[in-house]
Amino acid sequence: MAVAIVLAALVLVSVLFSVLSPWWFTPLASNWGMIDKTLFITFIITGIVFAAVSLFMAYAVFRFRHRDGAKAAYEPESKRLEIWLTGVTSVGIAAMLAPGLIVWDDYVTVPSEASVVEVVGQQWNWTFRLPGADGVLGTVDARRIGSDNPFGLNPDDPKGQDDVLVNANELRLPVGHPVKVVLRSIDVLHDFFVPQIRAKMDLVPGMVTYFWFTPEKVGTYEILCAELCGAGHSAMRGTVTVVEEAEYQPWLRGLPTFAQSQAGNGPGRRRDLAQDAGAPR
Amino acid sequence: MGLIRTLAAKPWVEAAEDIPAWGRLPLPTPRVGLLVFLAVVTVLFSLLVSAYLMRMALGDWVPMPVPPLLWANTLVLVLSCAVLHGAWAGARRGRLAAARTGFLAAGAGTAAFLVGQLVVWRQLDAAGFLVATNPANTFFYLLTALHGLHLLGGLVAWGRTAIRLGPDADLFRLRQSIGLCTVYWHFLLLVWVVLFALLLADDAGAASMAEIIRSICYGGRPGA
Amino acid sequence: MAQTVVVGDEHAHGEQGLHEPKSFLTRYIWSQDHKVIAIQYSITAIAVGLIALVLSWLMRMQIGFPSSLAFIDQDRYLQFVTMHGMIMVIYLLTALFLGGFGNYLIPLMIGARDMVFPYVNMLSYWTYLLSVLVLVASFFVPGGPTGAGWTLYPPQAILPGTPGQEWGIILMLVSLVIFVAAFTMGGLNYVTTVLQARTRGMTMMRLPLTVWSIFTSTILGLLAFPALFVSGVMMLLDRVLTTSFFMPTVVSMGQQLDHAGGSPLLFQHLFWFFGHPEVYIVALPAFGVVSDLISTHARKNIFGYRMMVWAILAIGVLSFIVWAHHMYVSGMNPYFGFFFATTTLIIAVPTAIKVYNWVLTLWEGDIHLTVPMLFALAFILTFVAGGMSGLFLGNVVVDVPLSDTYFVVAHFHMVMGVAPVLAVFGGMYHWYPKVTGRLLNDTLGKIHFWVTFLGTYAIYFPMHYLGFVGMPRRYYDLSGISAIPHSAQTLNAFITVVALVVGAAQALFLLNLVWSAFRGKPAGSNPWRATTLEWQTPETPPGHGNWGPRQPIVYRWAYDYSVPGAPEDFLPQNHPPERSGVSGAGADVRHGGH
Repeated sequence: MAVAIVLAALVLVSVLFSVLSPWWFTPLASNWGMIDKTLFITFIITGIVFAAVSLFMAYAVFRFRHRDGAKAAYEPESKRLEIWLTGVTSVGIAAMLAPGLIVWDDYVTVPSEASVVEVVGQQWNWTFRLPGADGVLGTVDARRIGSDNPFGLNPDDPKGQDDVLVNANELRLPVGHPVKVVLRSIDVLHDFFVPQIRAKMDLVPGMVTYFWFTPEKVGTYEILCAELCGAGHSAMRGTVTVVEEAEYQPWLRGLPTFAQSQAGNGPGRRRDLAQDAGAPR
Repeated sequence: MGLIRTLAAKPWVEAAEDIPAWGRLPLPTPRVGLLVFLAVVTVLFSLLVSAYLMRMALGDWVPMPVPPLLWANTLVLVLSCAVLHGAWAGARRGRLAAARTGFLAAGAGTAAFLVGQLVVWRQLDAAGFLVATNPANTFFYLLTALHGLHLLGGLVAWGRTAIRLGPDADLFRLRQSIGLCTVYWHFLLLVWVVLFALLLADDAGAASMAEIIRSICYGGRPGA
Repeated sequence: MAQTVVVGDEHAHGEQGLHEPKSFLTRYIWSQDHKVIAIQYSITAIAVGLIALVLSWLMRMQIGFPSSLAFIDQDRYLQFVTMHGMIMVIYLLTALFLGGFGNYLIPLMIGARDMVFPYVNMLSYWTYLLSVLVLVASFFVPGGPTGAGWTLYPPQAILPGTPGQEWGIILMLVSLVIFVAAFTMGGLNYVTTVLQARTRGMTMMRLPLTVWSIFTSTILGLLAFPALFVSGVMMLLDRVLTTSFFMPTVVSMGQQLDHAGGSPLLFQHLFWFFGHPEVYIVALPAFGVVSDLISTHARKNIFGYRMMVWAILAIGVLSFIVWAHHMYVSGMNPYFGFFFATTTLIIAVPTAIKVYNWVLTLWEGDIHLTVPMLFALAFILTFVAGGMSGLFLGNVVVDVPLSDTYFVVAHFHMVMGVAPVLAVFGGMYHWYPKVTGRLLNDTLGKIHFWVTFLGTYAIYFPMHYLGFVGMPRRYYDLSGISAIPHSAQTLNAFITVVALVVGAAQALFLLNLVWSAFRGKPAGSNPWRATTLEWQTPETPPGHGNWGPRQPIVYRWAYDYSVPGAPEDFLPQNHPPERSGVSGAGADVRHGGH
């Protein structure tokens, strides 16, 4: 008896909690509203099923609790009911899966006008590289990585000479332009996660991974590492600052290219900042 | 289809006069146990072969030369299996002496195979093909080691049977034990043939296959 | 493997040659009796599970009340997280369900005298114990146990920067490899026993669902654990011999390492090829146990038995083609996402059918709210809640913002942590009278139930919402993340307090287990008036060989509750049918044998 009431109450509390609690997604700052919508569809469907099954169970427990002289029914199966339930479930599943797959197709299809930004992860900080005037990132090789060449760029590759290096934990992006983020790690797995952007992807040493998004709201957002990367994992933070185009260009011009950094102290070289941030040990 | 008929039965529909027989497969229980174990070993080696193919696709793979001694080892293993099979046939016909000779010879042959594999390791090591030099080498050592360990486990079972081979042996149990050994040996011969073929194919240029696997498995580009 | 003595194979040699224990040592320590081995497995698993419980307290303290315990630094925190996860999933749940429940129940429920390979069964336990000892030893080596997360992803797991990189990871991998060997020995037994040692009349479709689910789960384990074995051995080689299976060229802490060309993704594929079936290895036995608890305590046959069996099999098969849903944002070929999202959501259909059939079994039942039944009901609610959040994570694009957040932590704890544990508790309250001959104390049981059920729900239900907020998992320090409101810390503190209480409440259960063994109410042989064979043994606890001189003969399925016209509301499986006059053993039935 008590358990029937508690089961029903739990459903009620769960629904109220979902509606009233302050804990929900942070406001979206990218184009991935479709992810939120798909999630909301899933939330509604699963919520209804959870409530229906639990309330049914609570009612059954209440109504058919043991009483003296009561006897249970004998009913091995009911083909019709089972087929019907299977059908309804399949429809509900399809209603969640179909939008999911459609949005996933968007997720993996990078628009052709997207500009490229490379994110490089290492224990425990973020650095970034922009392709420079030619719009192409130069080739890299992990074996070239050293204190004078933290990105491991190939000095003989002409495409790499104009690559712009952001040897710090802050990346700026112009608002409204789609970005293809290509990701690379020089040591262990990391994951580039900005809650407001929704999209995320692992950084895998030995591979280049990618995802894309369009920043749609000016603001400063925190980059978290979302793949366990050792002791300093929780301290591996960075910043994405989405700015207007007019603010973006001066920032870009203040950064060193690879050629400049090799020639000596390029303007705006900020290595010490990158080294100090993050690593807590 | 027995399986489907079994699973479609309505167990609550009672057929009073029908008390089903002992539930079991038409195979001796130790044989069933062995087959289940072989399924596990099959998965083990299948996964290793998949890993081999996936790793091969990553660009730094240098196929290992196949040492000629491996051919001789393979021949020894084939002969051991054949002799063991003969011993089993002998045991089933009650020819205990022949079975005993064959059984012991097969064990000796298998031991020779294992020694041969160790010699191959020494040769490769001496020629500079160290474990960590290239993933192809690592896989070779790993696959041969695991295969060898399985044979070694088989030799333990073989030894336990060999002890009971005296003239007053329980023929029923002996037949069963020799039969189990034979099945296990044939299986490990098959595994070896597959592994050996993989090594040969690798040597003969499975690079194009590697390319296909790479595009399927990794999507993103491997590191430049 | 091949040379094992076969026991209980009665129709080969009428009266079996069971190995009869002579001394205390062979009866209780080096025992080949499946019941003793089951108890050994259970006690070891619970003991090591208690370590994992304490670890969870410590990590929750750090999350709820950061830096309140000075000795928890970031290294230790990760070590606690890792060992908690690994112990709970592998060394507690897998071992307890299969080694404990499987060992005890399979032979009894199918009417056998023992497992078919008792010696191998004994070896299985001792090998398992060895793996546990190696695991525990890693707490005492320099550098401590590994802190790589229970997924042990390379390169991180074997590089400096991760705690336990020196010895912890090596012992962890060795322990896992040993565990796989132990499991394989046990698993061979469970599968072969179900196939070969069923008593007369026990067709596959007359098996209780507990046996079906443990049988299927064991097959999954036998086919999935080799992947863990392979990846463990390969990572050991990477760590010890500097090979490059999973290790690409990396610069670790400014040092160029000797590895080159390997693929971390290769490990993830192998790991999850094991890891996903592993979820069902612990979930399926829970399904089976709960099915039997509900049917017995609602005095009603399980609704849709055939559908339940088919669903178990369908889930088992499908569980091998969904593994990459753990890798949606791992950098694998993104087009895999379409396939794995589809298979993952399809697996929800047979799972949903099982849930429907449980609640439909309650309908028009005669529900006795015993402690086992309470746990079964709690299991359903918890499992449904956790299963629902699985639909978010399986649906590839919805997973993207949620992966590696507390949503995932909440999901898997509900669905494969708490739900199976509730089934374990239900099962223990249910079968304890058979194991000891005494009932567990009801009042203690009810307190234990309410605290555990409501407590775990209060821990994990709100935790989903922390995931929505974006709170990343495995964070030693959650402070200063602008996306996370301050109120989330209050919730974290609340969760920690509840976790401490729930953990402490388990002491009641342990107390109950010990106290009732000596002082509990005598149970008789069939206190729940259940139909299945384990309740029909001539002695309680069952003696050596289980059945006295004659094994039972089975005439009906496992769920003849409240059969119309029957004098009582249950008909045991070995109760002969009334009308034909076939009375038990005397019938001239030819049993087809070989």
